Amino acid sequence: MPEEKKVQLKRLNSSKVLGKFMAEYYYELDNAAKTGEKKIAWCTSVGPAEILRALGFLVYFPETHSAMLGSSRMATDLIPKANAVGYSPDICSYLTADIGAYLAKVSPLATIFKGIEGPPKPDVLVFNTNQCRDVQDWFNFYGEEYKVPVVGIHSYVGVQDVTESHVASISKQMKAMIPLLEEVSGKKFDEDKFKEAVALSRECSDLWKDVLDSASAKPSPLTFFDGTTLMGAAVVGRGTKKANDAYRELIAELKDRIANKEGAIENERFRIYWDGMPVWGRLSMHAKLFAGLDTNVLASTYCNSWIFSALDPDDPFDSMARAYTELFIVRADDPKEKYIKDMLNFFKVDGIIYHDAKTCPNNSNCRYGMPQRLEKETGIPSLTLNGDLNDLRLVSDEQMKTNVEAFIEQLEERK
Amino acid sequence: MTMGKTDMSERPRTESSIFVGTDVGSSRTKVAVVNPDKELIGYSIEKSGTDFTATADACLATALRMAGTNQSNIKAAVSTGYGRNNVTCADSTKTEIGCHAKGCFYYFPQAITVIDIGGQDNKIIKLDDHGHRTGFKMNRKCAAGTGAFLEEMALRLDIPIDDLNDLAPKSTEMVKLGSFCTVFSATEVLENIRNGKRVEDIVKGIYFSVVKRIMEMDSFTEVVVMTGGVTANNPYIVTLTEELIGRSILVPEHPQLTGALGAALFALENNCS
Ligand code: SF4
Repeated sequence: MPEEKKVQLKRLNSSKVLGKFMAEYYYELDNAAKTGEKKIAWCTSVGPAEILRALGFLVYFPETHSAMLGSSRMATDLIPKANAVGYSPDICSYLTADIGAYLAKVSPLATIFKGIEGPPKPDVLVFNTNQCRDVQDWFNFYGEEYKVPVVGIHSYVGVQDVTESHVASISKQMKAMIPLLEEVSGKKFDEDKFKEAVALSRECSDLWKDVLDSASAKPSPLTFFDGTTLMGAAVVGRGTKKANDAYRELIAELKDRIANKEGAIENERFRIYWDGMPVWGRLSMHAKLFAGLDTNVLASTYCNSWIFSALDPDDPFDSMARAYTELFIVRADDPKEKYIKDMLNFFKVDGIIYHDAKTCPNNSNCRYGMPQRLEKETGIPSLTLNGDLNDLRLVSDEQMKTNVEAFIEQLEERK
Repeated sequence: MTMGKTDMSERPRTESSIFVGTDVGSSRTKVAVVNPDKELIGYSIEKSGTDFTATADACLATALRMAGTNQSNIKAAVSTGYGRNNVTCADSTKTEIGCHAKGCFYYFPQAITVIDIGGQDNKIIKLDDHGHRTGFKMNRKCAAGTGAFLEEMALRLDIPIDDLNDLAPKSTEMVKLGSFCTVFSATEVLENIRNGKRVEDIVKGIYFSVVKRIMEMDSFTEVVVMTGGVTANNPYIVTLTEELIGRSILVPEHPQLTGALGAALFALENNCS
């Protein structure tokens, strides 16, 4: 009988530091919600967190909660509850899983962090539609439930070049939300604190970039699957000093690995770029599947989405407007393709995998001929996997496995 | 339609070194036995059932009998397909994509596009003139365009699945089914029956739907090969695909066996390397 290879995944020691960071983050939020000591703002993952920090809000990001619903595999049973109240199974399964969890009054936070029952109650909800329109609907739902204000930035989509008019418009929208945020926070907007938050965010972004760039080493000290959990601090902690300190430790460990030529997987033979979201409920399964094939999925569009190199504390509003519009997800296919081509070169990639996530067209870049165009231009083969970020009813494990194995066989034939 | 053939006439009676490929599909299990000269000397096809290991063993026994040899002569064995990890005699596995590619290139050594229509999945595999894969696609998650779709439709029409192939060519006015979804297609079939449409015309529409699903998956290169259980049992589907793509299609002698044959050829290669 053919033996299935048993794979042991390697862990980074500093992931513990980042885990501790996340725990402290959730406890601080929980405490604030229970005591009312600090105001809480809910924010979209690439929303204007720095403004909120300048006003003294603790910032909670529902998307991270949704990712936890996915990775804990709670999401699939909760999504139907949101479907039943009118949120289609075809829309964002972050949204449907999160609303489903709210309706069912369950949360992975309660399982992971003793004493926390669930997400902290918001005082205000702040979105940016730069990633998708779903976030607005998602936040509006909670605005009604919690009877708190919802404010947002309405961003552009399919941006070819980020121009001054884009920047001016977004910057204006950011400034326009300040009076309401001042009212909710009970504090005056402090420009110096704002600049400080932007500076810390920029630092966090630079550190996170260093983390991800380390994967260009051969063998790579990092996998995409590591990245999806390590990035938690860049999402929820940008604009704080603690997040930056945690990343410094991680970078030191990655540098050690590079110096010792220690790969994140044993025997790295193939290097893969992942475009699209992870399948949260299958992180470990996929990590093992690839490692078992001596393949490292080492870079991704997704993890790189929390790099905001345009942030500049000397020009905080405009640079934020630019940074949050320059993002991959906001852009037209031309700049997206150029970006991916640069990544393929930089990370010395053998193949690219597109995850076509059924409920997130915004992060599924394979639907308008991009794989075919890029393959023609670069000669780097590609594979598209059909699945989803959170809804495991849309994932066929056997199909994915066969597709991945066959793709690696195809790469082998080229070596 | 052109058939690729294996010549089994001149082979010696007993083979002392044999190589086995087993393809455990969701619907059928196939075993191919080849000798060191890459000749197909025995094969067997059976329903996979629920006990993959037992079916694979039984299939192997039949194929070995046909080859006039026995298990002790197996030098290497590779398994593939959905149940590839349940095959007792196999020492390694390969994906069905790789095995179908190998099996087809054996029959047709040129740049080809392989369309394989199986019980629960479809594959399109593109090979260059060295037999190397340049790309492949599998059907997404559902049964549209697979053997399972045909089975469901035969059930709705209340006719044995084996009758579909002879009915379709008698169609004079094909009924087009609009839906992707097997269940919705079944409803459309019922509606057409209610509206008095002829069974032949509905059956042609069913085949048409399968071919459309396949053609949506990928573009085809010049030379197209069709394989798989659906192709083997429904030669009409080849005729219809030829009509739709406007050129002749190659079909190997044993269209259902290409995966198992490819696996056997991999076993032979592994043994020599
Ligand atoms: S970008 Fe996709 S996953 Fe993220 S919130 Fe929007 S629809 Fe959901």
